[in-house]
Amino acid sequence: MNIIVCIKRVPDTADADLAIDRSGRDIEKTGLAFDLNEWDSYAIEEAILLKERFGGTVTVLSMGGEDTNESLRKCLAMGADEAIRLTDPAFSGSDGFATAKVLAQAIRRLPYDLILTGTQAEDDGFGEVGVMVARLLGLSHVAIVTRVEMEDGKIRAHRELEGGLEEVVEVKLPALLTIQTGINEPRYVSIMGIRKVAKKEIKVWGLSDLGLKEEEVGLKGSDIGLERLFLPLVGEGAQILEGKPEEVAAKVFEILKDKGGLV
Amino acid sequence: MEEFIKGGAFLIESISPEKIFTPEEFSEEQRLIAQAATEFVTGEVQPVMEEIEAQKEGLLPSLVKKAGELGLLSGDIEEEYGGQGLDKVSALLLMEKLSQGGGSFMVAYAVHTGIGSLPIIFFGNKEQKRRYLPKIATGEMITAYALTEPEAGSDALNAKTIATLSPDGKYYILNGQKQFISNAGFADLFVTYAKVDGEKFTSFIVERNFEGVSLDEEENKMGMKGSSTRSVIFTDAKVPVENVLGEVGKGHIVAFNTLNIGRFKLGGGCLGSSKSALQDAVSYAKQRVQFGKPIAEFGLIKHKIAEMAIRTFTMESMVYRTAGMIDQILKRIDPHAEDVGMQMANGIEEYAIEDSINKVYSSEMLDFIVDEALQIHGGYGYIHDYAIERGYRDSRINRIWEGTNEINRLLIMDMLTKRAMKNRLPLLPVAQRLAGELLSLRPTVDSDDEALTLQKEMVEMAKKITLLAAGAAVQRYMMKLAEEQEILGWLSDMVIEIFAMESALLRAKKTMDRFGDERAEIQKAMVKVYVNDAFNRIENFAKQIFSAISEGDTLRTQLSALKKLTRFNPVNTVSLRRQIANHVIKVGRYPF
Repeated sequence: MNIIVCIKRVPDTADADLAIDRSGRDIEKTGLAFDLNEWDSYAIEEAILLKERFGGTVTVLSMGGEDTNESLRKCLAMGADEAIRLTDPAFSGSDGFATAKVLAQAIRRLPYDLILTGTQAEDDGFGEVGVMVARLLGLSHVAIVTRVEMEDGKIRAHRELEGGLEEVVEVKLPALLTIQTGINEPRYVSIMGIRKVAKKEIKVWGLSDLGLKEEEVGLKGSDIGLERLFLPLVGEGAQILEGKPEEVAAKVFEILKDKGGLV
Repeated sequence: MEEFIKGGAFLIESISPEKIFTPEEFSEEQRLIAQAATEFVTGEVQPVMEEIEAQKEGLLPSLVKKAGELGLLSGDIEEEYGGQGLDKVSALLLMEKLSQGGGSFMVAYAVHTGIGSLPIIFFGNKEQKRRYLPKIATGEMITAYALTEPEAGSDALNAKTIATLSPDGKYYILNGQKQFISNAGFADLFVTYAKVDGEKFTSFIVERNFEGVSLDEEENKMGMKGSSTRSVIFTDAKVPVENVLGEVGKGHIVAFNTLNIGRFKLGGGCLGSSKSALQDAVSYAKQRVQFGKPIAEFGLIKHKIAEMAIRTFTMESMVYRTAGMIDQILKRIDPHAEDVGMQMANGIEEYAIEDSINKVYSSEMLDFIVDEALQIHGGYGYIHDYAIERGYRDSRINRIWEGTNEINRLLIMDMLTKRAMKNRLPLLPVAQRLAGELLSLRPTVDSDDEALTLQKEMVEMAKKITLLAAGAAVQRYMMKLAEEQEILGWLSDMVIEIFAMESALLRAKKTMDRFGDERAEIQKAMVKVYVNDAFNRIENFAKQIFSAISEGDTLRTQLSALKKLTRFNPVNTVSLRRQIANHVIKVGRYPF
């Protein structure tokens, strides 16, 4: 079974204070560390687990600059077989739809039975690229997948719904799944793995390699224009509670009781 | 042949930024190795920190073995013996990142992959390497290093442990006691030392289950409480003659070379711990509100955060510069040579001075950093629930082991003197020339600029001052200088500060040259503050040295020359520190 996984390299903003850059449409990224999008690390792990059980290959795709090689190589070190980076000055400014067009066009050039993506990206969080890739390729898709079972060329995918509900759907291959965190436990990268793929070529495909036109991608090919990014204003009336967790819990309890939040 | 910079040469040469390795140049592979190590400690070690600290039976060795499965233990072991054969920059990255798993895990890892196994890698014969290294690589066998004895600490060669050849010539019978042995409780293998026939200091590989090897109780330590520290007792211990490491009577070569690389690696460990403490302190300062705002917004807290970040930066610049130099010299070695290990040890010995410098500097800076990190936590820092309480205790041992900082300070000057005498380093002619030019020497730059011209000039002047002071001390005491430990200590401090200033300066310049001013902005600010302060310390050391060794007209001449050499305008460190602190607070961690 040939599996394609689409990944994204994103900034790690856990400890940082975010600031808006001069363009007003992006955050300031200097000093931030970048890593594989968390959802994608589950997608790549799921692909490798399926390969280990059923054979085949895993190919990783990502649209991004040279820095993205590090995340692609990490996937290779985990056990993926091939990595392709999609890059072109014309891709810059792509929204989810334009990105999906680039990815779909690359996927058309590859053999595949199954495509996995993360459910969403940590940075912009639209959660749309995977599903759009499926529609562009005319494939069935299942979103927010928490468990994958395979039999007779069919996939039984478990979906997470609101309120703790779970849904099980069956789809025929080829198909696309967007993978939810927690579906597996992404493996640690070993030094042996890193050494093994240190010299492996990461293919680079640009606009002309993909047979795309400039107006189809980038800002021109995008439907959504980002107008302005801003930090929400700090509201009034917030109360910061301090102390040990148990003390804070006790204070919260008192406040809720006072304000009639507990019946 | 690859070119290399001689050990200690930084004192007399003006080195260009292109010649040094900086962390901005980590390769993709090195960055992935670093990330693999970080993910392992955050996923496997940090969540069980409390249990490690309580010495939960079997936990620490099982984590070491898990690290082994991922290849994290075998960076320094050649591929032929199941290792990864990584360069020293990568090996140091592993050490740095794995030390974020806390002091106790760091000890187990550092001893096993460092002083516990490097003697075999460097000095083991093929049979010894074949027998032990593959198991050390996976963690199936965990190692320890048993040198110290109750009566032989800094004076290591004064060991009382005796080895006697058995009547059938098959065994050495060891008797004696080794003390404060890290990893002892779960080690399968000890590299130890004993005197054959009471005089020939010799290294041995001793397996835990050899007859006559026993352990004393766990020591109740101040820090690193999760690590195992016990005495190892040899009572007619039977060690096969094949387990002599190196040659009989040449144990000191094994011992000292092992310590060189142990000191080098300790720098990486202190660096990782410093970054953890800084991150902890910054995160606390951002969320702790007093007088209506986060304490990170107060000047005195910013001052601390900036100082912690600056010293972490200098430390990082020094240790990776050294790693880069070692890699450069090791490239000259034929990996298939019969005595490849010995050649590696010799290559590393070239930088024994830098190793001692890094050891002293990084352990003292870590102590400063954990102290300030705790202070930022206020009363909470004194409470066990906060990680910095452990970090503070764990830090302290680093100034003691791998040769106390006092011994290392003496060693720095001892090695420099010996290399000067043997003309390995032309220190004497340079010092003599400077003494001749004493009256005409003066700085030619006095205004600060964005190209760090002033700082470069100050570093050059600091080298001259140090050589003048050293030259004057040699002239005054001649062969008896070794008895003037206070003078040697100050001279060492000057040498250490020069390496620190210069490493930071060259790194910032390289960042500027390669990536432009914007990316170098914070590094430049750090260099300006550090050089400003370190230069004042150097001036003060020089004053004290001259006042101790000279009097009358000689002293007056020396002090007036010093005054001229130190005529620099200070920079505005308040605004620079605020700029640095604001950036560190914004990114929430060590910023590079």
